[in-house]
Amino acid sequence: MEKFLTHTGIAAPLRRSNVDTDQIVPAEYLKRVTRSGFGDGCFASWRKDPDFVLNNPGFADSSVLVAGPDFGTGSSREHAVWALQDYGFKAVISSRFADIFRGNSGKGGLLAGEVSQDVIEKIWEKLEANPGTQVTVDLDKRTVTCEDIVAEFLIDDYVRWRLMEGLDDIGLTMKHVTTIDEFEKTRPAFKPKVQ
Amino acid sequence: MGKTLAEKVWDAHVVRSAEGEPDLLYIDLHLVHEVTSPQAFDGLRNSGRKVRRPDLTLITEDHNVPTLDVAKPIADPVSAEQIRVVRENAKEFGLRIFSLGDAEQGIVHVVGPQLGLTQPGMTIVCGDSHTSTHGAFGALAFGIGTSEVEHVLATQTLPLKPFKTMAITVNGKLPADVTAKDLILAIIAKIGTGGGQGYVLEYRGEAIRGLSMEGRMTMCNMSIEAGARAGMIAPDETTFEYIKGRDHAPTGADWDAAVEYWSTLTTDSDAKFDAEVIIDATTLAPFVTWGTNPGQGLPLSASIPSPSDAKDEVEKVAIERALEYMGLTPGTPLKEVKVDNVFVGSCTNGRIEDLRAAASVLKGNKVASTVEMWVVPGSGRVRIQAELEGLDKIFTDAGAQWRFAGCSACLAMNPDKIPSGKRAASTSNRNFEGRQGPGARTHLVSPEVAAATAILGHLASPADLVNA
Repeated sequence: MEKFLTHTGIAAPLRRSNVDTDQIVPAEYLKRVTRSGFGDGCFASWRKDPDFVLNNPGFADSSVLVAGPDFGTGSSREHAVWALQDYGFKAVISSRFADIFRGNSGKGGLLAGEVSQDVIEKIWEKLEANPGTQVTVDLDKRTVTCEDIVAEFLIDDYVRWRLMEGLDDIGLTMKHVTTIDEFEKTRPAFKPKVQ
Repeated sequence: MGKTLAEKVWDAHVVRSAEGEPDLLYIDLHLVHEVTSPQAFDGLRNSGRKVRRPDLTLITEDHNVPTLDVAKPIADPVSAEQIRVVRENAKEFGLRIFSLGDAEQGIVHVVGPQLGLTQPGMTIVCGDSHTSTHGAFGALAFGIGTSEVEHVLATQTLPLKPFKTMAITVNGKLPADVTAKDLILAIIAKIGTGGGQGYVLEYRGEAIRGLSMEGRMTMCNMSIEAGARAGMIAPDETTFEYIKGRDHAPTGADWDAAVEYWSTLTTDSDAKFDAEVIIDATTLAPFVTWGTNPGQGLPLSASIPSPSDAKDEVEKVAIERALEYMGLTPGTPLKEVKVDNVFVGSCTNGRIEDLRAAASVLKGNKVASTVEMWVVPGSGRVRIQAELEGLDKIFTDAGAQWRFAGCSACLAMNPDKIPSGKRAASTSNRNFEGRQGPGARTHLVSPEVAAATAILGHLASPADLVNA
C-alpha cells in the first residue's frame, strides 16, 4: 500500500447526509471480479444528473470529498472505497462515518477524516463560492486546511500509523502465527466445523 | 465490575492484546459469498497464501443468482462470471460451497442458522453487513470488507478495537399485531441511522424474550441500519431449543458442555453499558418507512412528514430530497400510498415464519390487479419446507409469484429489479435510492403488512382487511 502523508487537491462539496454505499457504487458494479476499474461506478446514479456536484467542471478533478454526516452507511462493500479511489479521491472528510466504511477506507489507503458538521458547513461555503478551491489534508498533523480554515480531524491512531507507513495488515498478523496456533489449541471441542 | 454479553464473547476470542494496537480476535466461522470474495481470493493467490481453516469457512451463492429458471445457465454474462469464479475459488482452496440447485443454497444469513452452524458465544464474520443477523443467538457477528475477508481467510483472525456497548431494553409485551420488523423499524427511527455507530447493540427486556429465534434474527439483522456493527440477544431456552438437533449442533456430552457454557452468556447484573435506550413495547404499532434511509419510518397510521418538521437544516434537506425521490406529498396518510410491487424475502424476512405470516394474511384473498407480488424464500430448505406446508399454493392461488432462493430484489443484483418509478412494499432492509433497481421506490414493511398491502393495493396492515 502507498504511504499517505499529506495530500493537496481540489475538494468537492457533497451537500448530503446519509450517503450510503449503494449511492457511492450501485450493486450493478459489484459483479466484477477485479480489484480495479470501479471509477465509472462511483456515484453512477447521481452523475446522471447534470446538476450533480461532480458534473460541475470546477469540481471534475476533485481528489478530496467533503460530505455531510453518516457517510458510507449501508452495505459492507469495499468496492465503495475502490470506486472513490478509482475516480481519483484520496481523502473523504465528513462529520460522521459509518463503521464498516471507515474500516474499509483504512485498509484500502483512502483517508477518512472526521470533523464537526460546523467545519463541514464552512468548507462547503468556501468550495461552493469558488469551485476548484484546493484543500490540504495533512495526516501527520491531522489537519484539513481550506483557505483560512484549519481544522483538526479525528482518525484512529493505529489506522493513521498504518496509512503513514503504508503497511499491510495480513503481513503484520502473520508475525503472530504461533500465538494463533496456541490459541486454537484452547478452543472448545463443541465449536462447529463446516466440513 | 461485571461484563456485558458482548464483552464476554470478545474476551473469549482475544488471541493477542498489546498496548496501542487493536486486539487480534479469533473468528469461529467465516461465511463467504460470491460478491465480496473474488478480490480476496485473488489477494491470497498473489501472495502465495492458503486458507488457514477451510473447516471454518463456508461459501454460498446468493447475491447474484436468478430466482427463476434456475436450471438454465445464468443469462447475465457478468453474473455468470462471478459465479464461475467463486466455484473455482472453492475448488482451488478446498472450501465447501452451496451452489445454485443445491437444497442448502440460499442467503448466507439464512443458511448458517438453519444448519446449526450459528451458535451462542461464537465470533462470526462475512463480507456482508447483515452478518449482524447471527447475533440473535448470542454470537458476536459482524460484516467486514473484502480486505478483511482476505485477512480472515489467511489467518482466521482480525485485528479490531473493542466496540462500545449499548443496551436497547424493550419493556412490556408487543401488541398482537406488532412484529419484530415493526419493532426494529421503530428503534431505528428513534435512534437514527447513525445512532448505533461504534456500538454493539444488546436487545433485552420482556418483548425480546418473547420473540421467536426468527423474530430475533430480524431484529439483529437490521442493527446495521441503526449504524451499529452488531446486534446481540442473550441465549436462552428458546435459543437452545432452536439449535438442538440441527445438522451441526453439538450432540451427547458436547451438547451438555455447550449448553453449560452458553448459559453463562448473559450480561452480568453489575455490568455497565456505554449507552442505554429504553422502549415501551406496548405503545408500538405496525411501522413502515416513507423515505430513502431506514431511519425515515413512521407508524402506518401516520402521514407523510413535511420538511418543516425537521429539527435542523441537514434533516430538512434530507426530507426534501427523500420526498422528491419517493414522489410523495407531505400530509398524505401512509395508508393512501398506492403500491405497484410487493417483495417478500431477504435475510431480514425470508425465513419460514415470515412466509407463514404472509401466507396467513393472503389465504383466501387475491393480490390486487395493480400489484405484482414476488415471494422469494431465503434458502432452498425454506422453499422445500414452505411447499411441504402448502404455502406455495396459497401464494400462487392469490396471484403472487413463487420463486427460488436468493437475495433477489433486496439489492437487485440479479434480474429481480423493481422498475424505475414503481413503488414497492418490501420486507427487506434498505430503502436507499435505487436499491431495488434504478429509480425504484421502496417502503420497508413486515411480511404481514406486505401481504395486506398486496391485497389492497396501498400500504395497509392486516387489520385494514377486516375493515375493508
